[in-house]
Amino acid sequence: MEILLAIIIGILYAAGIYMMLRRSLVKLIIGIILLGNGANLLIFLLGRITEGAPPIIPEESKVFLEAYADPVPQALILTAIVISFGLQSFAIILVKRAHKVVKTDDLDEMNATDEDS
Amino acid sequence: MLAAILLGFLFAIFLVFTGKFFRGKLAILSALIPAGLFAYFASFIPQISSGEIISKTYQWVPAFGVDLSFKLDGLSLLFSLMITGIGFLVFAYTASYLRGHKYLDRFYGYLSLFMAAMLGLVLSDNLISLFVFWELTSISSFFLIGFNNTNPASRKSALTALGITGFGGFSLLAGALLLGSISGTYSISEMLSMKEAIAGSEYYILAVVFIFVAAFTKSAQFPFHFWLPGAMKAPTPVSTYLHSATMVKAGIYLLMRFTPVFGDQEFWNTTLIIVGGITMVYSAIHALFRTDLKGVLAYSTISALGILVFLIGLGTKAAFLAAAVFIIVHALYKATLFLVTGIIDHQTGIRDVTKLGGLRKIMMPVAIAGILAAISSAGIPPSVGFLGKELTYEASMHAETFTIIIVIAIVLTKILLLWAGFVAGIKPFVGKLPEAHKDVNPPGFLMWAPAIILAVLGILFGIFPMLIESALVKPVVSSLGADASDYHLALWHGFNTVLLLSAITIAVGIFLYFFLKPSAKLESRIGKLEFISPKSITEKGTHYFSVFSAFWTNVFQNGYLRNYVTTIVLFLVVLVGYVMFGNPTVLIDYRQLSEVTAYELAVVIILIAGVFYTVFTKSRLAAVAAMGVVGLAICLIFVFYSAPDLAMTQFSIDTLTVILFVLVLYRLPKYLTLSDYKMRVRDGILSAALGTVVCLLALQVLAEPTNTELGDFYAKNAYILAHGKNVVNVILVDFRGIDTFMEISVLAIAAIGVFGLLKLRLKSTDRSQ
Repeated sequence: MEILLAIIIGILYAAGIYMMLRRSLVKLIIGIILLGNGANLLIFLLGRITEGAPPIIPEESKVFLEAYADPVPQALILTAIVISFGLQSFAIILVKRAHKVVKTDDLDEMNATDEDS
Repeated sequence: MLAAILLGFLFAIFLVFTGKFFRGKLAILSALIPAGLFAYFASFIPQISSGEIISKTYQWVPAFGVDLSFKLDGLSLLFSLMITGIGFLVFAYTASYLRGHKYLDRFYGYLSLFMAAMLGLVLSDNLISLFVFWELTSISSFFLIGFNNTNPASRKSALTALGITGFGGFSLLAGALLLGSISGTYSISEMLSMKEAIAGSEYYILAVVFIFVAAFTKSAQFPFHFWLPGAMKAPTPVSTYLHSATMVKAGIYLLMRFTPVFGDQEFWNTTLIIVGGITMVYSAIHALFRTDLKGVLAYSTISALGILVFLIGLGTKAAFLAAAVFIIVHALYKATLFLVTGIIDHQTGIRDVTKLGGLRKIMMPVAIAGILAAISSAGIPPSVGFLGKELTYEASMHAETFTIIIVIAIVLTKILLLWAGFVAGIKPFVGKLPEAHKDVNPPGFLMWAPAIILAVLGILFGIFPMLIESALVKPVVSSLGADASDYHLALWHGFNTVLLLSAITIAVGIFLYFFLKPSAKLESRIGKLEFISPKSITEKGTHYFSVFSAFWTNVFQNGYLRNYVTTIVLFLVVLVGYVMFGNPTVLIDYRQLSEVTAYELAVVIILIAGVFYTVFTKSRLAAVAAMGVVGLAICLIFVFYSAPDLAMTQFSIDTLTVILFVLVLYRLPKYLTLSDYKMRVRDGILSAALGTVVCLLALQVLAEPTNTELGDFYAKNAYILAHGKNVVNVILVDFRGIDTFMEISVLAIAAIGVFGLLKLRLKSTDRSQ
């Protein structure tokens, strides 16, 4: 499964960068989201995956008695997911707003400031 | 002493707030500051002439050996007196010269800033603080040259001057750091005691070159001289003060200060003789071809600075003595000539010497000052200039090598300088007064008095050389590491070769003055050679440099996001790929890997299909939906591998994102095909390469042992310390609670941004483009 996950990560990275290289703003955002997912999975994989042992201490004890998944990567990823949502929502609204003003989705038509155009 | 230096800075700051009171009649009061400082420094004369050295140290950054330490010896005293003495006269002169100017207060602010910086420079005993003051003089010079900031030529000259002297300052810093690392101290006094260690160091030449570049740029030596004629765009008080009497001598000061450290080495002496020699002859010849009075003076100033560098290079006791006297001589007569030129310019509005004449009828005191200064500049007895010239000749005749060439060069220079002095000091006042100038007003007292004072001092010191001998000249020589106690300044030394050379100089010079009149024709002739002058070469260099940097910037900062991404990704792939190819074995321990179950495989297939569909679909809505599928598949992977919190978060966030996307983007137009096939293939290859690299990287990391210390700590203490059983939650809200709080703040900011973007009414920007 680790190898499969590594391949998935590679695909997500490749797809993310490919989308970021497109001229459409919407594709750019999709690319960032895919890349973010890839990065999350990478952290998850490198923290070593464990099956069926969530890092939750059993009801009756104070410490873990059996093996458990490493909680640190999970905490990191949780933060990353939430932050990336902040980024995505702002970016999506910004695209909408930009489209309303300049009437284009093409990045190349946006690379001039007000003064130049 | 610190207070004396800070006084100028404080006054400059004071003027920022009270400037408007100093624009009018009160302006003259500013002259009290240099006057007071002059009196203060003059009070040290008895102590210094008896051989004392006064030093004061204030700690500044002791950890780096940077102190505000000041040392007043003969050399510093001479410069301090020049700075404050001429400063006083220039301050007073300015009150009349720029009377009623809108920014007179600003001008005084810059002047006193400069004065303070210059005092700091000549009094600093610490190389780093010397460097700081050095730079401050460059900066205040920049503001003063560009004072007429509505004139493009003036701005350009200011920039050139700043560029050249700033380059020199940079070199000074490099030299200071190098010297500091050789000697282990930044204190100049301590370096003096390490002469052998510094001369023996393998970095000796490099350190000397750095100091040379600093001194040559500041003191306008060939080939860095061209900023000085340009700096004449400044108001005349500035030319008088900075660009003839004080700032341009900072380089001379630096060389003199380091003579006891670096001196007596062939490289030091030869370079100084050659550079000084070329400069003095080159610019004395140049002076012949000028018609602008200030141009003549500028080139003769450069020439005089060349003589000083040359004398320091000779390095004998006689040469040091000559240099010390010549600094005084030059400061007195050149400042006078500049002041006189300023008066002529101010009253008639003309500086073209071919159009001036007969002004003695209108401004007699100025004419007297000009003629006296010309006499001193020519070295005609009984002026102090005569003393300077005699000493210079004597020093040159005792040069060790190439004596004949050196003597010819110096005599030629002196002849030409005599001509320049006469043109600037005598020519405007003799002959017939042109019709146009019949109604010129005589200048005010405040303008001609400073010129007269300086000119008369130039004669007075010549008749009574004992006035300056033990008070100023000999302490300077002893600061340079030579002993001059057995020497006496006198006008008459008997009939000898030196006297003969003096006579030849004066005779030929006066003959030349009557024979060769400055004319526009001559000026245009030299203009034809302009294209090979250091000035135009530098200007072309700067031009091509900015063309090149514009090109370079456009290549790398071209404003296209995808080019940046491409560059970054390409770099990453090549670099990481190179390292991995050098170490190609990816060890996978198959026993440690977990098995793949059927439903896991199904999820993986769905995920990969989702990714491909997202990338290749033509419909935006389908892409967003497929992206949602990818997110949900990842969510399932989290579920399989013991991360319920992640699964929940991923699920809700993914859903929210998709909803937001659909709501917002519903109205956007269809995807357009914006790229051609070739571009897509190129991007595809690049992305695939990155994907492969990341994939291999992940596998390689997996083969390495991991450290679970941190995770174990949280797991052990989650319940005991934080009383929570879900370890991930405990980390987020307890152990790293403040981080989470910050994260919430970021989200809040994003939310405000989104709200703002939604509610913002586009009034000004809503115009159609």
